[in-house]
Amino acid sequence: MRHKGVSYAKYGYIFCIPFVVAFLIFSLYPMIYTTIIGFTDLKGMGKTDFSFLENPFKNFELILNNPSFQKSLKNTALIWIANFIPQILLALLLTAWFTNHRQKIKGQGLFKVLFYMPNIITAATIAILFNSLFGYPKGPINDLFMMLGLTDEPVNFLIHKGTARGIVAFIQFWMWYGYTMIVLISGVLGINPELFEASEIDGASSIKTFFYITLPNLRTILVYTMITSMIGGLQMFDIPKLFLLGGPDNATLTTSVFIQNQAFSGSYMYNRAAAASMIMFVIIAILSAIVFYIMRDKYAIEQKKIEKKRMKAYKKAQKSARMVA
Amino acid sequence: MKHNKKKSWYLMKIVIYVVCISLVVLSILPFWIMFMNATRGTFEIQQSAISLLPSKFLMSNLEVFTGKSFNPLKGFINSMIISVGVTACTVYFSSLTAYALVVYDWRFRQPFFTFIMAIMMIPAQVTSIGFYQFIYNIHMTNNFLPLILPAIAAPASVFFMRQYLLATLSIDIVNSGRIDGAGEIKIYNRIIVPMMKPAIATQAIFAFVGSWNNLFMPLILLTDSDKYTMPIMVSLLRGDIYKTELGSVYLGLALTVLPLFVVYFLLSKYIIAGVALGGVKE
Repeated sequence: MRHKGVSYAKYGYIFCIPFVVAFLIFSLYPMIYTTIIGFTDLKGMGKTDFSFLENPFKNFELILNNPSFQKSLKNTALIWIANFIPQILLALLLTAWFTNHRQKIKGQGLFKVLFYMPNIITAATIAILFNSLFGYPKGPINDLFMMLGLTDEPVNFLIHKGTARGIVAFIQFWMWYGYTMIVLISGVLGINPELFEASEIDGASSIKTFFYITLPNLRTILVYTMITSMIGGLQMFDIPKLFLLGGPDNATLTTSVFIQNQAFSGSYMYNRAAAASMIMFVIIAILSAIVFYIMRDKYAIEQKKIEKKRMKAYKKAQKSARMVA
Repeated sequence: MKHNKKKSWYLMKIVIYVVCISLVVLSILPFWIMFMNATRGTFEIQQSAISLLPSKFLMSNLEVFTGKSFNPLKGFINSMIISVGVTACTVYFSSLTAYALVVYDWRFRQPFFTFIMAIMMIPAQVTSIGFYQFIYNIHMTNNFLPLILPAIAAPASVFFMRQYLLATLSIDIVNSGRIDGAGEIKIYNRIIVPMMKPAIATQAIFAFVGSWNNLFMPLILLTDSDKYTMPIMVSLLRGDIYKTELGSVYLGLALTVLPLFVVYFLLSKYIIAGVALGGVKE
């Protein structure tokens, strides 16, 4: 990498300027601003002037003791668990099937495309679509259930807390299992094929191979998937906001919806919303610190490998300088 | 024994295909119902909400839909402007930053990369209150720039581009450009950007789709109905004025996802490959 003679190092700095400037203006400054607002009395639509509170932590105390906020954390956790457990199990099952060495499943490409499809569709659209699908007394799902004989009369899914939460969790599951599956499959493809060959020679069954070779080697990716999904879950906004506006009886109120409601409706309590944002930020920071450490180790190893290969390639021949590491 | 094993494989295969095909139905059915109901009259939908075949009320639904201060074309154009801007900023500046991280040997290279990884997970939501106040103070609400420019700093995209460059870029290419007397910026624009096309394409798709689907920030910043994006317009479909016009609600939803379906089925190969590479985070 080092170049003799002219030093090009300054271009390293120059080329990073746009990124750094945009980050300072649009991320760091707003973040500091949000933190400051959390300690002030800033509220009311269109207000921008504020003064600091006598008790600087008043907003934080009020938010932590706010029953709606506590409920929103609980809902977020419940919805996340109800979506993630089936999601990871299904994704693992499909991964095991699609990566089976002895038995190729035809049409995998098409299955992947269709399983992933809901993920790219606008979440706002999906929320309202599902609201219409679960219509009462006449709606597609009610019609379907009655046609299949699952229920005798229409069910009003949307007024029961349990079913409302369940449907939000289902939507999340439905939007994300395809993504998780693709990530896991690419993880399996990254495992050293010799391991699978060895287990085949040893006569291990597919099930044994999966539990003793595939799963342990996927550990890093599984943790990564889980934590990024947790962070994503904390940001859950479009679906709970538009599906039932956080209702019934706050059963689908998530943390993000709570913050948005505090700041941009009712009495426009920017200060409380800012305090809640900071609490959410701390939770996310802890979670991403975990991801960060896992990924750092992984990429440090990978990077060394890549660099080694590059050095070899240089030495070997000029022709193969383009060799893909 | 052998025969038995073959039989159990066969049974297993049937189970696998049944599960997969059920999941395919689960993926398609909601959208199918949506597209069909978009062509059906409200009274038809009230009689039976599921139909696998289209009806002939598409035009009347469209009339109802556009008659209510709802301009889907305007929303489409607004979303297009923002998404194209975001995509251009993301791919150009992310690859530029990644290039700086891979090619040049500068003192803060490694700390800067560590920093990018550390900020990768910070979602826009947690800074939204300060962001809104800041934009409000400089009178830039109802302007598309505050929605586009933050894309210049896209850590996840930088991360992806860096991995790509590490694996494919040979410093000889850069050096031969230098020998030819090209400046560093020219080398980047003329040699590196064309070389990075596959990575840029992948990141462009995700940046575009992510921006197109974004509801949170536009909802906070855009209050003028002339500036509404597609997702904000979709959120209006929840309003009471559409409660009695089921057909046109389905039509509105269908119109918003139609461009996405076209993009997805044209580019699905690249999208799936991109996801597999860990090119997306959300």
